[in-house]
Amino acid sequence: MTQIIDRRINGKNKSAVNRQKFIRRYKTHLKKAVEGAIAERSITDMERGEKVNIPSKDISEPTFGIGQGGIRDTIYPGNEEFTTGDTIDRPQQGSGQGKSVSDSGEGEDEFTFALSREEFMELFFEDLELPNMIKTQLAKEAQYKKIRAGYTSYGSPSNINVIRSMKGALARRIALAGPHKRTLHEAEAALQTLLETVDEGDDRVITLREEIELLKQRIRRVPYIDTFDIRYNNRIDQPVPTTQAVMFCLMDVSGSMGQYEKDIGKRFFTLLYLFLTRSYERIELVFIRHHTVAKEVNEQEFFYSRETGGTVVSSALKLTADIIKKRYPTSDWNIYAAQASDGDNWTDDSPACRDLLINTLLPQIQYYAYIEIAEDNSPAGSLWREYMKVSQASPRFVMQKLATPDEIYPVFRKLFEKQWHE
Amino acid sequence: MNSSTEAVTKKRLSETSEWTFELLDTYHREIARIAADFGLDTYPNQIEVISAEQMMDAYSTVGMPVGYHHWSFGKQFLSVEQRYKRGFMGLAYEIVINSNPCIAYLMEENSMTMQALVIAHASYGHNSFFKNNYLFKTWTNADSIIDYLLFARNYVTKCEERYGVAEVEMLLDSCHALMNYGVDRYKRPKKVSLDNEEKRQEEREEYLQSQVNDLWRTLPTDQQKSKSETEDPIWPSEPQENILYFIEKNSPILENWQREIVRIVRKIAQYFYPQRQTQVMNEGWATFWHYTIINRLYDEGLVTDGFMLEFLQSHTSVIYQPPFNSRYYSGLNPYTLGLNIYQDLKRMCESPTDEDREWFPDIAGGDWFTVIDFAMRNFKDESFISQYLSPKVIRDMKLFTILDDDQRNSLEVSAIHNERGYKHIRNALSEQYNLGSREPNMQVYKINRRGDRSMTLRYDAHQQRPLNQETNDVLKHLVRLWGFSVRIESLNEGGQYELTHECNSSV
Repeated sequence: MTQIIDRRINGKNKSAVNRQKFIRRYKTHLKKAVEGAIAERSITDMERGEKVNIPSKDISEPTFGIGQGGIRDTIYPGNEEFTTGDTIDRPQQGSGQGKSVSDSGEGEDEFTFALSREEFMELFFEDLELPNMIKTQLAKEAQYKKIRAGYTSYGSPSNINVIRSMKGALARRIALAGPHKRTLHEAEAALQTLLETVDEGDDRVITLREEIELLKQRIRRVPYIDTFDIRYNNRIDQPVPTTQAVMFCLMDVSGSMGQYEKDIGKRFFTLLYLFLTRSYERIELVFIRHHTVAKEVNEQEFFYSRETGGTVVSSALKLTADIIKKRYPTSDWNIYAAQASDGDNWTDDSPACRDLLINTLLPQIQYYAYIEIAEDNSPAGSLWREYMKVSQASPRFVMQKLATPDEIYPVFRKLFEKQWHE
Repeated sequence: MNSSTEAVTKKRLSETSEWTFELLDTYHREIARIAADFGLDTYPNQIEVISAEQMMDAYSTVGMPVGYHHWSFGKQFLSVEQRYKRGFMGLAYEIVINSNPCIAYLMEENSMTMQALVIAHASYGHNSFFKNNYLFKTWTNADSIIDYLLFARNYVTKCEERYGVAEVEMLLDSCHALMNYGVDRYKRPKKVSLDNEEKRQEEREEYLQSQVNDLWRTLPTDQQKSKSETEDPIWPSEPQENILYFIEKNSPILENWQREIVRIVRKIAQYFYPQRQTQVMNEGWATFWHYTIINRLYDEGLVTDGFMLEFLQSHTSVIYQPPFNSRYYSGLNPYTLGLNIYQDLKRMCESPTDEDREWFPDIAGGDWFTVIDFAMRNFKDESFISQYLSPKVIRDMKLFTILDDDQRNSLEVSAIHNERGYKHIRNALSEQYNLGSREPNMQVYKINRRGDRSMTLRYDAHQQRPLNQETNDVLKHLVRLWGFSVRIESLNEGGQYELTHECNSSV
């Protein structure tokens, strides 16, 4: 009994588990490759796979085998010129296998394979975990989204679907008036022929005319549109998980921040954004730039327009608090904030910033990251000193100094290192 | 049964190279009829059509339809995938599983011609070989293999959950390193079904553990200490060639579940053991039959000329043997060698020459099917070549041997395809396919029971060939399984054993 079976419909990823096992085992190699790639790539280009080379000696599976040397008598096909007793110089490698090995020994020194985009990103974000993420996720499914679901015959007038209603009306008119129209046409034709032979006053003409009038009335009585023609767009509620986050990007654009500093800031924000996209389905970005006054702007303006003037950081913090209050209720949103600055601030303003953060912002925010674009050993400004106090007061506040773009990734990792104690 | 004269009037099975399931069925029926006509004895067939990705999956688990999970299969898969995507390699047209029913995988990309070739090759060629070759009959159990593999996978998964993925992985790594030393060569295994297997596994677990404890209870007591270590009789009393079996039964450090996993690897190694020993015979047999059957299809007028051209094109590329000095040369092509021997046997029966009568008096002029059927059933590569490699095949393939002695400065051509060389070549080729000379002959020689519990292996170096570079790495794995130091003593030129490798348990 023979069976012919189509197995193509079965899953093709039978080896997925083994592939994962392989990746787990060679994580150190893969991570090295990933980190190399991160250093080379631009941040907008981060989300794609990467080719990885692993030295094949690291992944070999050893077995007992016979090494080179000793005596061996090996068979080869395709003899052309040799006769028994000919001697041949030993090939350079001194290999017992003779020519065949040196000819075809392509010798794979490296085991190469490609990481998929997901695997790449997974490694990229490994060990990083945003703390306090659980909080607002409890509010999952509390939100509903309206989605279209056909038509109904009742509803509010604002939802009338005109096309659908008119189609219905037209169909009904044809159905109801059609038979009368046909009779009317017949009667009119009959009247026409009758009038050729008889006068207007003839009885038969009068009856026909009455009949025609009656039919016309009947047709007229079929309403153009009736209540039961009307159709309403139907919408139903569908629950949506609130895996949404808002990320506030705060940046100092006072004269002391040059394009270079801004660029570092941008990279940091991009990285944070990428990271958040891993955790949340939907992320909104709010860009707030400030010098002495703060202003909400779009991304282009945020990164590329220049302003001059002094620096009052608290203005940005106040604006942030306002926006949260107005647009992002904490019950629905996970709120993150990242601030980039060169550390300059109006000295009297720094304590105000500290208080604002501790009392107003941090209770509402999941995480607040502050990066100061400055040399590590540069003298701490007033803002840095005050922020130190904040970071001691709250585990949700982290701060870090960085000076060049290649420091971003280590700093980023440090900022978001898994909080083991939690 | 249809005779071929009737068949000439038959309609062609198909005109285009597209295949459909109906056509597969039609072709299969004709092929089955012809195979039965010749007298091929096979398991029932199960033909499965799969995609290229699935073929790569099948590749990476070395043809096991259900395998336990291990990173090495992932590595295999990645390298196959990489090479395939870059176009460095094509995929095999077919994979066939030695099971009952015999499962053959066909790739969906194949044309109708290729599907027919593959059905004839795998479902009738390999299938009949699996069913009738003595090694397969002795060492593998086609009825229960799928059940056993399923049991193995579930068991390994269960262990991963219970004892940790890393722990299981390390154990499997070590077992894989010794996989080739996990086969019995001279005992016959019992047949077991899945249900029994699970039941027996539990019993075995308890029994084994009690045995092991007994073994190590012979550790020295105070009175015995007076005896010197050298007086301890050599144990095991005979050298053990099945190292994994020895580990499974005697390792002092393994837990029950670990012993079971050792056993699983050993069992699977045993299942593949005959395949490693019958490559030339098996592939040659399958190739012989696809060639014979498809030609019969053509003779009966069932297939078109185009079909036949495509068939011949693939057939010749399968059996192409690049000469030794070609850059494509990578050893003897087992398909070619096997096919040549079978075809020459057929030729000897049908039109024997004087040479044949001299070399093969029993065969020349006999019934060809009886002759090759006997050859297929009763040999392995080594003995098959030594029995049947004829002077004509040696001449056709222009075989020659090169003697490489590392004590001498140059290589020597020791024999070519002439009257004086035939026997030498035949012996050398047979020796080349002797598994024993391809793999080091390594046996558990002694366990130091009174002292450091170390294990001593003995390597009987054949023709003074040394062990390879990986030996020390393998020893590390063996130490992991044994728990104490392991050494290797190799036979040197003077016929003495000397210590060549050692790995201490602290490493």
